[in-house]
Amino acid sequence: MSATLADPADSRARLGFRAGLAGAVLLLAALPALNTLPADHALHVSDFIVSVTGKWICYAILALSLDLAWGYAGILSLGHGAFFALGGYAMGMHLMRLIGPRGAYGHPVLPDFMVFLGYTDLPWFWRGFEHFPYAMLMVLLVPGALALVVGFLAFRSRITGVYLSILTQAMTYALMLAFFRNDMGFGGNNGFTDFKELLGMPLGTPGARAALFYASLIALVASFLVCSALTRTKYGRVLTAIRDAESRARFLGYDTTRHKLFAFVLSAMLAGLAGALYVPQVGIINPGEFSPGNSIEAVIWVAVGGRGTLVGAVLGAFSVNALKTWLTSAAPDLWLFVLGGLFVAVTLLLPRGLIGLFGGRRKGRDA
Amino acid sequence: MTLSTFTRRAALAGLGGALTLPAIRPSLAQAAPIKVGVLHSLSGTMAISETALRDTVLMMTNWINGRGGLLGRRVEAVVVDPASNWPLFAEKARELLQVARVDVTFGCWTSVSRKSVLPVFEELNGMLFYPVQYEGEEESRNIFYTGAAPNQQAIPAVEYLMGADGGEAKRIALLGTDYVYPRTTNRILRAFLNSKGISDADIMEEYTPFGHSDWQGIVARVKRFAGEGKRTAIVSTINGDANVPFYRELGNQGIKAEDIPSVAFSVGEEELAGIDTRPLVGHLAAWNYFMSVQSPVNTDFLNMWRAYINNPRRVTNDPMEATLVGFKMWTQAVAQAGTTAVDAVRTAMYGQKVDAPSGYTLEMHRNHHLSKPVMIGEVQANGQFNIVWKTPNAIQAENWSPFIPENANRRRG
Amino acid sequence: MPRLLVLLLLLLAPLQARGQEAFEALLPGLAGGFAQQAQTVERLGTLGDPRAAAVLRALSDGRLLKRPDGTLLLRDGERVTEFPGGAAADAAGAEPVRINNRVRAALRGALGRLSLLSPDAAERMAAAEAVFRSRAAENIPLLEAALARESVAAIRARMELALAASRLAAGQDDAKRAAISALGASSSTEARAVLLEARAGNPALGAEIEAAVAAIDRRLEIRRAAETLFQGLSLGSVLLLAALGLAVTFGVMGVINMAHGEFVMLGAYTTFVMQEALRDIPALAPWSLPLAVPAAFLVAAACGAAMERGLIRHLYGRPLETLLLTFGVGMMIQQAVRLGFGAQNREVTSPPWMQGTLELPFGVMVTQNRLWILVFSLVVLLLTVAAIRLTRFGLEMRAVTQNRRIASAMGIRTGRVDALTFAFGSGIAGIAGVALSQIDNVSPNLGTSYIIDSFMVVVFGGVGSLAGTLVGAMTLGVVNKVLEPYAGVVLAKVFVLVAIMLFIQRRPRGLFALKGRAAEQ
Repeated sequence: MSATLADPADSRARLGFRAGLAGAVLLLAALPALNTLPADHALHVSDFIVSVTGKWICYAILALSLDLAWGYAGILSLGHGAFFALGGYAMGMHLMRLIGPRGAYGHPVLPDFMVFLGYTDLPWFWRGFEHFPYAMLMVLLVPGALALVVGFLAFRSRITGVYLSILTQAMTYALMLAFFRNDMGFGGNNGFTDFKELLGMPLGTPGARAALFYASLIALVASFLVCSALTRTKYGRVLTAIRDAESRARFLGYDTTRHKLFAFVLSAMLAGLAGALYVPQVGIINPGEFSPGNSIEAVIWVAVGGRGTLVGAVLGAFSVNALKTWLTSAAPDLWLFVLGGLFVAVTLLLPRGLIGLFGGRRKGRDA
Repeated sequence: MTLSTFTRRAALAGLGGALTLPAIRPSLAQAAPIKVGVLHSLSGTMAISETALRDTVLMMTNWINGRGGLLGRRVEAVVVDPASNWPLFAEKARELLQVARVDVTFGCWTSVSRKSVLPVFEELNGMLFYPVQYEGEEESRNIFYTGAAPNQQAIPAVEYLMGADGGEAKRIALLGTDYVYPRTTNRILRAFLNSKGISDADIMEEYTPFGHSDWQGIVARVKRFAGEGKRTAIVSTINGDANVPFYRELGNQGIKAEDIPSVAFSVGEEELAGIDTRPLVGHLAAWNYFMSVQSPVNTDFLNMWRAYINNPRRVTNDPMEATLVGFKMWTQAVAQAGTTAVDAVRTAMYGQKVDAPSGYTLEMHRNHHLSKPVMIGEVQANGQFNIVWKTPNAIQAENWSPFIPENANRRRG
Repeated sequence: MPRLLVLLLLLLAPLQARGQEAFEALLPGLAGGFAQQAQTVERLGTLGDPRAAAVLRALSDGRLLKRPDGTLLLRDGERVTEFPGGAAADAAGAEPVRINNRVRAALRGALGRLSLLSPDAAERMAAAEAVFRSRAAENIPLLEAALARESVAAIRARMELALAASRLAAGQDDAKRAAISALGASSSTEARAVLLEARAGNPALGAEIEAAVAAIDRRLEIRRAAETLFQGLSLGSVLLLAALGLAVTFGVMGVINMAHGEFVMLGAYTTFVMQEALRDIPALAPWSLPLAVPAAFLVAAACGAAMERGLIRHLYGRPLETLLLTFGVGMMIQQAVRLGFGAQNREVTSPPWMQGTLELPFGVMVTQNRLWILVFSLVVLLLTVAAIRLTRFGLEMRAVTQNRRIASAMGIRTGRVDALTFAFGSGIAGIAGVALSQIDNVSPNLGTSYIIDSFMVVVFGGVGSLAGTLVGAMTLGVVNKVLEPYAGVVLAKVFVLVAIMLFIQRRPRGLFALKGRAAEQ
């Protein structure tokens, strides 16, 4: 009973569905191009739309990664924001090192915040981040390693369900408190800002914005394809089996710990990637990204879109964030009611999420 | 009482939706309005401080429209809610500048929110007025800082504590919330204290997380620190939310201002409104304005504010005054420049003067900071401050502190 | 007694002679600059004029007014009189004389000296305390006189300390030695400070002072350990209160209520509303805090019942969905309160019996409000246990959680029990809000900061076990406070969180695992 067991009679609908997806990707891909049209052109898209869409794409990757863990492996992580933030911090450290002597104090090596907090040397864990490939490696490795440790300990002791959720929430909360400390060497509450360039492109220019936009879009499509291929393999089916009946899968001889661990680590790495793409686009990373509320919000995108379907996760990330962007300007005092009401309504009335409205095809029971 | 507040708030919320604004005069309605962005958190942790600033800006737009608008055009506020979320601040800043196309923005409270929007304002050449005291070490051509730099608040306050009137403190406990403003301020203060002959052994420094509520241990440690036979004082850079539990603990552990006075840089009339101040009489705060200032401009300010907010007991505070000063200064600069174009207004801003509610005439300098008077107030039983010391004149901001040695080789921009 | 008076008169006689004109000549100084005010206060305090106490007290309370021409008025309730003189006067145009810390310290010393012989024991105690802090030569004869007639042991002890402090400040070396040993026998940080202060001026007595300080330090060490323990238990009691409601809704019912913190916040606001509502009813106003307890319980319980019946019951068996739903509800409650009451903090005052510190044996000082909250949390815990163990409702509740179908078959209306249980847990959260209003901000964000800690307490203690919640909360509180001086506030908290995470790996069911439920899920 999983999404991979396709009904042959369904194939035409699936073809249409895929065409729709491809259309959506093309539409997104056209945005930066339309941005270059003159401002009075009917099809002109403003910088704001491009940058805000770029941000949503990163959120969509995060939602996708969460859906892999929750929707397919039954691991409801309330700490995915931590992996996202760690990826973001790794990218942020790279961007900070690239500022070089252009900081306010003109120090050749140390970022501004270290200068005015009286650092004399670069802390050891900052070494190497001036190299892009090393930073990218860290973007994946640091969240992956954390997920490996937490996941190994948790899955081995068979912590599941609500307990696992609370555990991951405590993880992100502890990281938030730790990163808020200025003594950690990550800039404390102010985090990192005022980035100058990435891979030789000056940030804050339309060219850089378009490049980051396309990088994120490619990352989204690639992650989508990887996840959707993965869920079709035997491995993916075992994962779904574990989600639906873990004990039974274990008794059938599958090493459920290893299966879940792989999914969790992969998911954390994807979240880290999303964070890394997010930071240069919004121009700031600070410990607020670790706040438990952010992780819960990400879960809500997936739930609103429809968990257990990759398209649903992406749809949820886009629609909730678009709504939030719109409402925080259109109804600054009341938007929390609308958004809160939406979460209530979706959980009560649309257990399969928005995708359920389109006859989405998630099957199987809750963990 | 609460119900009526609710309906009023709800009505205001409708207003906040932004585009409906005060009675429009027919003559003003013809030209396109001048737009003022309001970028203050209305939800999340910072709403507690920032909603009053949103209301101040709305009050000022009312005020200017009541005087016939600006350049013959109506002034219209565009309110957004960045929800105490720093990346959202950057997004909303871009939206204000590119979608709503505002001519000027008033906003931000925390340093991190300002740091988050700064690249956006620089990229799009916008203009932001930032009304809160901060750690300095910044100067953007797109931001006007109407709050205090450390030399306009922290250093005079510590000098007062070390003087005869303040109790001749010889030992200082620096307590703060762990973020950049307290860290930088305390670094500057430590250098200052060392220069005055107070050694590191007589300085205690301790940081707590945001919203810290259990102060038992720290207050007990301060008492112990004070038990070394030298006059001791507390310098608090504790952020808004954590102050109520801190002062409650101070009162309950019997720390009287006569024995261990404390001076705070982030506690104003709004914060005291949540505390029973009777046990705290005599503790100090340093600001550039207190509601208890006796001046005709301040009386007007109080009357206008209470009429606008429709509550005769609402208090004013320093960042509200800074917002008001910034707004008035901007309207003067626009009138002088004859346009709202950012570059022209920026040039017109330099040297602009405003008679502030603090009773002083404040001037905007080329370093984008105001000259400000420094005042020290003692908490009174009624939640107001009794001004016990103030500078004779407004003093200029040193946004690049001479007490941070690295500033010596800073590149001059 | 007569001898004492003679002594006093002898002492004050030379001053008394020119007291009359000196007193009036000094008065304008009270309205001068702060330095002049402080000097004037000190001189008035030693002048011996009987009118001094009244005017100093008025100055201290802000009841001394000054006219623009410099004449002084005394306000006593509604009545305003000229001072000196006593003729009724009009207060128009007069302003209260302002003082600062320096003047206030001088006032405290002067008033202390003047009330050392007061008939009121509490006043004498405060006076001894004040004189201890002012330590000056002129205190010595006064204190000796006061000691001669003092009969209350505690006040005597305080006066002897004050006398020692004053002698150490201005006496002969022999007297100083006696003073040092008297101070060294106490166990107060203030005495320690006095000793250390005297060290610089008395190099000859350095060794004695060091020894006395060391003796105090030894006693303080024990006292500090006791105080740290209390601080830990106090933090634990706050965690216990915050987590107890969750232990019912989450532990017993398995509902993850992310709006739990908002129910706590509603309880705190109920306290505020009660205080405002009762402010004008003199008979009830002092009782607003105790009365807020049932009120907060009812308000939060009603919200909880409404939420359970309206929303949560549709999602039983899907704990993760309830999590999202309640998160949404929490957002809405928070914003509703923010719009209704404003985003600013609301002031909830503490009743007098919850202010200040209480001295336990061995000089251990505990703050009254925290002590009461500790006691209160234990009472709430006992009542909760009693409600679950001893009442019909508790029996039904346990039956439904253990086996819903059979309970239903036995005629228990499970829906009603669900609603009542959830209301009960929410009500306890409301009660927690009443306690938290005494130590934390009453603001819309109040609950947010407690929710994660509460979950950690419940999971650490063992889901479904109230004893576990108690032990969990207290352990976390004490460990936190013991670590704090070494690691700092933030790292202590991080360490505790990491330790819990590791602990849960070892014992996934917490400290007090319920037996027989492990196979579930």
